[in-house]
Amino acid sequence: MTTTMRGLLGACALTAVTMPAMAETLTIATVNNGDMIRMQKMTAPFAEANPDIQLEWVTLEENILRERVTTDIATRGGQYDVLTIGTYEVPIWANQDWLLPLSDLPAEYDVDDLLPAVRQALSVEDTLYAVPFYAESAMVMYRTDLAEAAGVTISESPTWAEIKAAAEAMTDKDAEQYGICLRGKPGWGENMAFLTAMSNSYGGRWFDPEWKAQFDSAEWNATLTDYLDLMTNYGPPGASSNGFNENLSLFQQGKCGIWIDATVAASFVTDPENSTVAESVGFARFPNKDGVDNHGNWLWAWSLAIPASSDAPDAARKFVAWATSKDYTNLVAETEGWRAAPPGTRASLYANPAYQEAAPFAAMTLTAIEGADTQKASVQDIPYTGGQFVAIPEFQGIGTAVGQQFSAALAGQMSAEDALASAQAITTREMARAGYPK
Amino acid sequence: MATRQTQSLARLMRAPAIILLLVWMVVPLAMTLYYSFLNYNLLNPASTSWAGWFNYQYFYTDPAFMDAIWNTLVLVLGVLCITVIGGILIALLIDKPIFGQGIVRILVISPFFVMPPVAALIWKNMIMHPSYGVLADIAKFFGLQPVDWFAQFPLFSIILIVAWQWLPFATLILLTSLQSLDGEQMQAAEMDGASALNRFFYLTLPHMARAITVVVLIQTIFLLGIYAEILVTTNGGPGNASTNLTYLIYRAARLNFDIGGAAAGGIIAVVLANFVAIFLMRAVGKNLD
Repeated sequence: MTTTMRGLLGACALTAVTMPAMAETLTIATVNNGDMIRMQKMTAPFAEANPDIQLEWVTLEENILRERVTTDIATRGGQYDVLTIGTYEVPIWANQDWLLPLSDLPAEYDVDDLLPAVRQALSVEDTLYAVPFYAESAMVMYRTDLAEAAGVTISESPTWAEIKAAAEAMTDKDAEQYGICLRGKPGWGENMAFLTAMSNSYGGRWFDPEWKAQFDSAEWNATLTDYLDLMTNYGPPGASSNGFNENLSLFQQGKCGIWIDATVAASFVTDPENSTVAESVGFARFPNKDGVDNHGNWLWAWSLAIPASSDAPDAARKFVAWATSKDYTNLVAETEGWRAAPPGTRASLYANPAYQEAAPFAAMTLTAIEGADTQKASVQDIPYTGGQFVAIPEFQGIGTAVGQQFSAALAGQMSAEDALASAQAITTREMARAGYPK
Repeated sequence: MATRQTQSLARLMRAPAIILLLVWMVVPLAMTLYYSFLNYNLLNPASTSWAGWFNYQYFYTDPAFMDAIWNTLVLVLGVLCITVIGGILIALLIDKPIFGQGIVRILVISPFFVMPPVAALIWKNMIMHPSYGVLADIAKFFGLQPVDWFAQFPLFSIILIVAWQWLPFATLILLTSLQSLDGEQMQAAEMDGASALNRFFYLTLPHMARAITVVVLIQTIFLLGIYAEILVTTNGGPGNASTNLTYLIYRAARLNFDIGGAAAGGIIAVVLANFVAIFLMRAVGKNLD
């Protein structure tokens, strides 16, 4: 054997020995919102502690992300090791055995510190299938200066009648100042998230216990009629294509008197660098209808989960535990201030005086999240779970199709009665196809 | 002259390319056909079963189906009208020797280089938005109420956006045709006293007939499949006001994850597109002979 050959064999053997020590690559699919982008920039401590794990990011817009990860997980593609998913997907996917259970997280992770409502929404039969990165409910955000100028007050727990009176008083269309901004863009996660929550606060429900659609009920009629009344009289132009982002922008520019939406928006509207109204934002609970003891049980948590098809589950478990840990929250607070800390997931954050001082919305956010009951979103009997959605696989399609009808009503292309009749027909047809009641 | 051997050799050498093309087309089509007869929902793959013709029946009884067919036709015809008429006018204009002709031509062609979703986003947020858009600013300048384009005229707005993207293509093809027009014929007609309009209708337009046919045929193929602009701007709404056949299939496949239904929709779309193609080839394709 020549020296060269020996050398080559030796090199091969060395490579083989060192192979297990080589880096493992985690492919992480995530949504392109501010908090997730920030997480990507802050992974240095994780990389230092885990030199054998390489992180690869696939960052996508919400709808595209949902399409991609759903297709990947349903076909067992195995493209991703960590998925960013919401409270809607977790129970459905866990029941399909598509997600790995996260019951063996290290003790220092402190699972008990997770807010009970959030933990429950991400669990199936008490087993955690995803860990929350940030969570949200919905609440009222309003301009205290405009309210004062208009001589109206919004209580901490307002009714819809109170909201309507305040919106009317704050509207000055000539000055491009609109009393209220609400979601109108069609989509199960857009206008239907809001309208489902609003209907819950009116005592409405999507289905009765026999899974019969309820759009022909008095509660839905009142919900849609009042929504259209509010938006037509006091809302901004183009409302039928306004979603969360559009309304955020309108509010930050001082064009909305009241905005009822996700609690996570609070840190953006009070951010002096991006919001012209940062100094004068007040917060209140999601409204309820007089006589209905229900405040729109909205609960959403962008969470990290590990698909069963991942080929690096241990590394993935390390990563999801790190990214949703208290240490990560502290890291964000150190570098960007407490107001930027991912909200809504841990009791310890809300017990922290530094956070309470930096985030004037902290208490109201906590109240909203704790008030959410995803097991019973309506005051009436329901056969489903979920707050601003119905946790069944068919809901994405049905919710979006119904959202289209309500968006058309908002655009003035059909009456509330026609939109409701159409929604009832669409839902009944799709549910019959899906074989409900099952 | 080719011998029998060289002909055989040529066939043999062409075969891989032809087989590859066939496989490329036949395999996806066959799979779509197969899936269209299955109850197959991506979110519940365990309950996959044979569906027979149910998916087809379900797709064409969709309340949005007739709206989608109508919207598809209006979209295609609307864009064709704007691009063909606009293309002829612009081609006539930029064919004239004007100052800065090169730059004008590049500017006219430039929208073709913009990706459809990007173009739709620009139109939605910077031009047609009722609060921030340029058109709203213009309306406010004249003391008028801004138009909420995507709510009040959703399909028309999408036609405008798509026409803006396809106008350069039509202009380019028509300009090329215009430049091949014999100048002497024009001069002769002019000397015989033919008016500018007569010269246009009796000389220029017949000369451009073949180019117009090419524009109509190629654009129709692409316009039948428009969906990015709809997805970005209106999501097919309000209601079904801007849902076309492609978007309806997209909705079944990517929102409902109903692979069986979407496949059936895809096959229905292929059949309808072939009807349109046959009609077009008979009606206008004879210009290509």
